[in-house]
Amino acid sequence: MARSLKKGPFVAPDLLEKIDKMNTSGVKKPVKTWARRSMVTPDFVGHTFMVHNGKTFISVFVTENMVGHKLGEFSPTRIFKKHGSHTAKVTK
Amino acid sequence: MPRLLGVEIPADKRIEASLTYIYGIGPSTAKRVLEQTNINPNLRAKDLTPHQINDIIQAITGNKMLIEGDLRRELQSNLKRLQAINCYRGIRHRRGLPVRGQRTSTNARTRKGPRKTVGVIRNKEAKTGKV
Repeated sequence: MARSLKKGPFVAPDLLEKIDKMNTSGVKKPVKTWARRSMVTPDFVGHTFMVHNGKTFISVFVTENMVGHKLGEFSPTRIFKKHGSHTAKVTK
Repeated sequence: MPRLLGVEIPADKRIEASLTYIYGIGPSTAKRVLEQTNINPNLRAKDLTPHQINDIIQAITGNKMLIEGDLRRELQSNLKRLQAINCYRGIRHRRGLPVRGQRTSTNARTRKGPRKTVGVIRNKEAKTGKV
């Protein structure tokens, strides 16, 4: 079900703050975050986020096309396992 | 066989039905178009006057409906965008798996295609205990 339009998009407030600071100071540093539920706003474009996937942080470089998606969409939480692929690794 | 909007060649069916042969126009859109243009939906496509055909074309293009090639291209570009930004939906499209969170343990045959039996490729040496 889609989110109510009345509420507007959810963007993690701490992320917005950090990005704001970086935009004014001009320094770009990857931002570590657990806020997978946060929407990507146009301000985020060009920044790198380290998005937690439950285990590690996956670096996501935000491009213009990503606006409107959630950060979690770019940090897969599951590993795609094929048959035989892990057994081959074991024998190595 | 009248030609509508370039390639469309609906046969001598009722126009309500023959309009749906256009990619991007289904039963409800066809009905709406005919209501807008005040054309009897029971008329055969071949019995349409050039004036009526013009009306239909205008109703479709005037409402900025995407049909045929334009619609296909739009769908393709949507897909490409999802895959290019490497998001979850794009990855599912690339793998040919269901995109909207359906189960894949069983079913999902529409996306996955016919059943393929996959076995484990076992290392021969593992069995003889040489490792």
